[in-house]
This record gives sequence, C-alpha cells and structure tokens, in this order.
Amino acid sequence: MISLELLVASAIGVLTAAGVYLVLRRRTFPVVLGLAFLSYAINVFLFAMGRLVIDRPPLYDKAADGYTDPLPQALVLTAIVIAFGMTAFVVVLALRSYLETGIDRVDGMPDEKGKP
Amino acid sequence: MSLIVSWWVIASVILPAVVGAGILLFLRHHLALSRLAALGSCIVMVIIAVMLVHEANGGTIQSYALGNWRAPFGIVLVLDRLSAMMVLLTAVLALIVLVYAISTGKDRQGWHFHPLFQFQMLGLNGAFLTGDLFNLFVFFEVLLIASYGLMLHGQGGERLKAGVQYVIINLVGSTLFLVGVGLLYGVTGTLNMADLAVKVAAAPPGDQGLIAASALLLTTVFGLKAALVPLHFWLPGTYAATGGAVAALFAIMTKVGAYSIIRTSTLIFGEDAGGAAFVVAPWLLPAALVTIIIGFVGMFAARGLRDLAAWAVVGSMGTLLCAVSVFDTQAMGPALYYILHSTLAGAALFLVVDLIAQRRAEHGDAITLAPRFTQIEILSGFFFLAAIATVGLPPLSGFVGKLLVLDGVRTSPAAVWIWTVILITTVLGVLAFGRAGSMIFWKSATLDGEIALRSLRGRRGGMAAAASLLLALALLTIMAGPITRYTAAAADQLFAPESYIAAVLGPQSGGRR
Repeated sequence: MISLELLVASAIGVLTAAGVYLVLRRRTFPVVLGLAFLSYAINVFLFAMGRLVIDRPPLYDKAADGYTDPLPQALVLTAIVIAFGMTAFVVVLALRSYLETGIDRVDGMPDEKGKP
Repeated sequence: MSLIVSWWVIASVILPAVVGAGILLFLRHHLALSRLAALGSCIVMVIIAVMLVHEANGGTIQSYALGNWRAPFGIVLVLDRLSAMMVLLTAVLALIVLVYAISTGKDRQGWHFHPLFQFQMLGLNGAFLTGDLFNLFVFFEVLLIASYGLMLHGQGGERLKAGVQYVIINLVGSTLFLVGVGLLYGVTGTLNMADLAVKVAAAPPGDQGLIAASALLLTTVFGLKAALVPLHFWLPGTYAATGGAVAALFAIMTKVGAYSIIRTSTLIFGEDAGGAAFVVAPWLLPAALVTIIIGFVGMFAARGLRDLAAWAVVGSMGTLLCAVSVFDTQAMGPALYYILHSTLAGAALFLVVDLIAQRRAEHGDAITLAPRFTQIEILSGFFFLAAIATVGLPPLSGFVGKLLVLDGVRTSPAAVWIWTVILITTVLGVLAFGRAGSMIFWKSATLDGEIALRSLRGRRGGMAAAASLLLALALLTIMAGPITRYTAAAADQLFAPESYIAAVLGPQSGGRR
C-alpha cells in the first residue's frame, strides 16, 4: 500500500515539475497555468510542513489526545488568497497587453512570420 | 516599550492603510482632496519617521506586539536603527516623489494613483518593521501588488509588455519565498525572526542542510528584488517602461531586497547558525561583483536616458551588495550609508531624466541629437549633479559612499577584487554619462531652433522636487559625520542579535551564547 507521505511528496513533485515546465513556455496562457500549478504545489508543501497527521483536530477539543499543527493551515489560507488574486490579475493583464499590442509572447517579441 | 513609541511604530503602518482606503472609498472622484490627503499622509509619515529614528538612536530595540499577542505566538513589529532609517528614507523619498507626481500631473493619467501610492508605503513600512518572516512575505505581496498598479499607471503598449514580465517574475519569486519560509517552519516550528534565530542556532546537525537550503532560497528571492545578477533581467525593462515618478519611487524597491538580505543573514543565518552561518556569503560576493560590471556595461549600451538610469540602479545595487556580502561591522556601516545615497541618487536621476524627456517632446529620452529645449540650462546642471552623485565622483555623497565602502571592505580577503571592479566601473560610469550628456546638451547646442512645446505642466513643481532630491544628496554629504556614526551603530546592532532577540522574546532568552 502507498504511504501517505509518498503520495503527498510525489504530488508536490509532479505539480512543481509541471509548473516549472509551463512557466518556461513562450506564451502567456501556459505561463499563467504554470503559475497556478506552482501555487498548488506550494500550498500542499506548506501544509505538509506542519507534518502529516490523520484524524487530529487543529483546535482545542476535550476528547482529543493530540493535535495537528494549525499554523500551516492559516499560512496556506493566506497563500491561497494571494495566489488566487494574483492569477486573476495576471490573466487580465496578459489579455489587456495582448489586445493592446497584439503580442501574446512573454518576452514581448512579435511572432515570426509563418510560424504559429 | 513606552506607549507613545508603540503608537508611532504602529502608526507608520496604519496611517497609509487608512488614508489609502479612505481615498479609494470616499475621495476617488475628488482629485484635489485626494491629493491633499495623500500629501498630508506623506508629511505626517516623515514626522513619524523622524520620531522613530530619534527613538531608535537611543540604542534600545523596541518591539510592538500586534493585538498584544506575545511573541513568538503573535506578530511583532520591531524598531531598531536599521528599520527606523529605512522608514525615514521611504518617507522622505515618497514625499518628494508625490510632490513631483502631483505637480507634473502624472497622477491624473489613470485611476487610483493615490490609493496605490499609499498602499505601496504600507507595504514598504511594514516590510521594514516586521519581525515575523511570514508577515514579511505578506508585506512583500502588499508592496508588490501596489507596485504592479503603479508600474502600469498611465498604460501604453510598452508598459503593458514590461508589466506582464514584471508581474510573472515576481509571482515566481513569491512562490520561492513560500518554499523557503515553509522549509524553515518545517524545521524549527516558528516564524518569528527572533525565535527563528534561537531555534536555528540550536538546530541539530541533521537539520542544518535544510536550514542552509532555506537561507539560499530566501536570498534568491531577495536577490531577485535587489536585481542581483543573474536575476536582474526584469529591472531595466520595467524601470525604463514605467513613468518617471514611479521609477523614482521604485528606487527604494530594490533596497527592500537588500534590507531583507541584511536582516535575515545577520539575525537568522548569522554567525551562531552553525552550518547555515553566512551560507549565502560565498554566492553573494561574486554575484554582486558581476552585477556591478553588468550594470555599468549596460549603461554604455543604453540608447535612452531611462535605460541609462535603470542600468545605473543595477550597478549601484552591485556596489551595495558587495559591501553587504563581506558580512562584518566595518563594511556594513558603509553599506547602510550607501543604501541612503543610492536610493536618493537613483530617484534624482529618474526625475531629472523624466523632466528632460518631457521637454524634448517627440525626441523623448533618446540619446540622439535634437534641438535645444526649454529650461535646458538648469536641467543640464541637474543632470550633471545627478550623474556625479550616481557614479560617485566628488563632491557629492556617491563619492563619500564609495570611499567608505572601499575602506570598509579593506580587511576582506576579496578586497582586491572589490577595489578593482568598483574603481574600473566608476570610470566606465563617467564615460557613459559623459557620452549621454555631451550628446544631449553639448552637441545639441549647435543646432538651431528650440523644441516647441504645446503645454508643459509642473514647470516649477517638478523642478523643485528634483532639486530637493539633489539637495538631500548634498545634505547626506555635509552630514556624513553624524549619518555614518548612526549607520555604524546600526551595523553594530545588526551583528549583535542578542539585543534584538531579547527585545522580542524577553530578557531571559537573550543570552544564547
């Protein structure tokens, strides 16, 4: 059976790899997707930094015999809000830039003729 | 801490937040009123910052627990000499830039200039004062989000293209920041910087690799903000594409990166940090040297004055980080003086260049032959002074700063390299500025006629703002004695983190040696 640690660790790895690959692409849309993947990877990573614990409450509970660390959850919440807002912003910005300049490339160069 | 001081500390964060939100909600259709509110806020900020510096100069580090939650559980704001100095620098720069933006009408070119400006101040002050690593991330985001808005203010194709790059690279940077913070939290279980210093010093050898990795990751992010080669690519495009006033304000943005490097590597990854002690130093020094070279060579390749000014910022960041990367008290004092100088000089250069570009109409800031323009006599003088300050020739503070840096790094094993690079690039800088200045002012004087302008806003106000920055540089030179005493004391404070830790966590945790 796969352990939880392996599952979470490989999920972070795959998400990061996909994110890095997409961020290095030429057009803005894959880059935005890549940024989203990277932020997912980071959220899971931050979560795991509080150690993986099952069936433990994060806050005070009379019946609990142990707790999970609540702080990374608060950090992840903050990170999610910021990443969500920034993704929305970068989408609008990329769209605006494309509509105004007709260029969709991240490096700001026009497309070569005959190539998509 | 006495109640009054804690009021000043928290006010420097709350004031821009309240004023910014107030302008956004109630005054957005009232230009005159929002200008008045923004100016008022900036003037009060300067007063608060002067009080803070006065307080910090007493030598005791003050910590303010937000919501009265005790550290390390709650978030603290910490006032020491360095943070007070940075807050004052921000306040002075912001006031001058705001006067410039208002008098040249730049704040009318788009929506929400004033709220964004206030939020930028909020982010900057917060980043300089916070004593919590995650909180530093949040304030970084606040100042970045505000800077995206300011950078794009006024719009236009070039600005949008540069904006996309600027936003994307900073988003990637924020992601790395979170990885670094997460690693540190995973190892130490705390995010309070003073507590981190204690925990990192006490970390078992098995964890030190992770701590070192986190230190390097964080420094990468801060190096990205500080335009450290090879992470400088975003800066020239961004600064050259944005408006002159905003570029002048952004002169402080690179210093946030430098500040964060100084803060984290002296406090958290300082000499007590075992395997992670000054782990960034061997990387930082070569990168800083290359940054100087790239910056000054870039100045040579510049086709416009804005490019020239942007590359000059890269070069000055290199000089600054060279002095920082030695990591001892003797070099840190001059580095802090150089922060003051290079921020004001960079901003002055951007404002002067913007004034020139406005008056050259369709010729803009291009380094080409063009007829004479309005107020060419005064502006050539301004350009000359700003150039002298930026390159580091006597008599302005650039010279004092570079001299102090050269003297400060004397005992470092890399001193030969630093001396060689700084001295040679200074000559390059003189040549680059000489070439640009002689093309624009000297050779153009032989052409007949004068560029006609349909309208010119801020004939006096813009000039006054640029002049006051140059005046500030002169003051920095004349007052070099007291100021270097202050920066030397600030450096001493940085390399004795016990007092910082004791101020945040209470006296019993101070003596960890």
